[in-house]
Amino acid sequence: MSEYILCFVLFCIGLYCVLRKRNIIKIIIGLGIIEYAVNLFFVLIGYRAHGRAPILAKDQAILNMVDPLPQALVLTSIVIGLAVTALLVAIAIRIYEKYGTFDITKIRRLRG
Amino acid sequence: MILPFFVIIPLGTAFLISLFGKRIKNLSDLLANLGTLSLLIFSLYSIPQVFVHKILVYKVGGWIPPIGICMVLDGLTSFMLVTVNLVSFLVTLYSVNYMERYTDKHRFYTLFMLMLAGMNGIIITGDLFNLFVFLEIASIASYALVAFGTEAEELEASFKYAVMGSVASSFILLGIALLYSYTSTLNMADISLSLSGKPAGMMVSFVAVLFLAGFGLKTALVPFHAWLPDAHPSAPAPISAMLSGVFIKTLGIYALCRVFFNILTVSSRLLFVLIVLGMISMVVGAFLAIAQTDIKRMFAYSSISQIGYIIFALGIGTPLAILGGLFHLFNHAVFKSLLFLNSGAIEYSTHTRNLNRLGGLSRSLPVTGYTSLLGSMAISGIPPLGGFWSKLIIIIAAIQAGYFVSSVVAILISILTLAYYLKFLKFTFFGKINEARQNIREAPGLMKLSMILLGIICVISGLLIAPLFKPFLQSAVNVLLLGNGYKEAVFGALR
Repeated sequence: MSEYILCFVLFCIGLYCVLRKRNIIKIIIGLGIIEYAVNLFFVLIGYRAHGRAPILAKDQAILNMVDPLPQALVLTSIVIGLAVTALLVAIAIRIYEKYGTFDITKIRRLRG
Repeated sequence: MILPFFVIIPLGTAFLISLFGKRIKNLSDLLANLGTLSLLIFSLYSIPQVFVHKILVYKVGGWIPPIGICMVLDGLTSFMLVTVNLVSFLVTLYSVNYMERYTDKHRFYTLFMLMLAGMNGIIITGDLFNLFVFLEIASIASYALVAFGTEAEELEASFKYAVMGSVASSFILLGIALLYSYTSTLNMADISLSLSGKPAGMMVSFVAVLFLAGFGLKTALVPFHAWLPDAHPSAPAPISAMLSGVFIKTLGIYALCRVFFNILTVSSRLLFVLIVLGMISMVVGAFLAIAQTDIKRMFAYSSISQIGYIIFALGIGTPLAILGGLFHLFNHAVFKSLLFLNSGAIEYSTHTRNLNRLGGLSRSLPVTGYTSLLGSMAISGIPPLGGFWSKLIIIIAAIQAGYFVSSVVAILISILTLAYYLKFLKFTFFGKINEARQNIREAPGLMKLSMILLGIICVISGLLIAPLFKPFLQSAVNVLLLGNGYKEAVFGALR
């Protein structure tokens, strides 16, 4: 049980980072932490103690196996996370070119 | 089987445009328009298919669900496909001339087609994780499209939008993970089957709240709305029309409806949350819209307000209310994209969106003026235009269900809507013309054509509740009313 709670703690750390930090690079890192927390949680769901990979072979009976589906899904999710992070970093670089700062409180031309 | 084409066509077009678009001039225009036109034809063709077969299930790769992924075409799917592809075809028609102002037009079309692939995928998929993947495809394309002009404001808006959107996606993924751990399946119908065998517990409510937070952020319901008024106005006008017109409805409302009504079959207490959120969005959006001086920003706040109507109607949950909600969804897709295209045409001619610097444009921009008038009247609910009938149905349904205060508020907000659209019309098209703008020219032909077509649809969309066309809307309503019966429908079609 404790590993699930630690996952939620990690998720909350990421959320705190996104909401409270002023530097946009730190916000991007916070998003990464959120993604990893969710991915970790997803993998842990499929975990069995002393389980092994569910590969079907002749004259082998696997009694205790790990659920492979969450691992496949997490791979997809990691790739999506990579795309989002790459896009965000690209935007952050462009923002730095335009505003000359990474401080979110100084990047405020839109209001209302 | 037509189902996979809704994803294959836009993906294939995006691929071809990104390969050849730069080398051959005008190819990207042609390919994008052909792609969206064929999608529109396919989605219209899906209507009779739904009437004949009720529900169609396509097994991706031949694997039988729940082991493989499936695509499902039912009434709601076909309704949403028609809405999305109709708007996207007219928007690509408009982009041919409008996007000349930007460099790298082929990149624009590539991203546009990817976004369309994501939206069509969300609508047609029958698998929860697949829905998440398509949702991310659409979202990432839209983050890039908002920043397409790469000016300071656009980058800022895009960054804000991307951060909020990614947090929302994480909530949705967490919800999917919890649901998978509880039911050990990802197929929507199979999840519903598995949940119906388990006693009602806290788990389903918790997952529902996670989905509400995630999809609510994508829909821009009021506590989660902060990104929308920045992101939608900053995008190029065709993209604003897509985002406000169909994007938030597909990623937000459609996904929310599908998950809440068909998979989780949530309790009436959670539906009451939808009513409250809808009411707040309706009121806050309208009050914030009045004060705006930027045309597109006003329209963006107006979107929040109108989305409030739809969510409010879906929260009531009676057959009439759902009919009104879906009807308003279609109407809003049409007139809000028309209004955003109009704002683009105004900006094209005058190079400003500030209401205080415009005025007297009706003589020099007649087509834009008249279509804006139609769009504004339709959204504020003047009979006999489409918007009047959908609002009327929602208000009648609210009174029938006993929400008297809410229905009075809905009527008052409708009057407020009329007020700020009259402000828009007065400051833009009537009054004294600015000396410097004596001889401005109207937008080119294709832009006019797409605005006129949307204006015509605005006028005739009221016919959707006429007996001849009502089955189209009713079959979508029936899917939501079916609720838990969705799983039997899907598994019945597999046999």
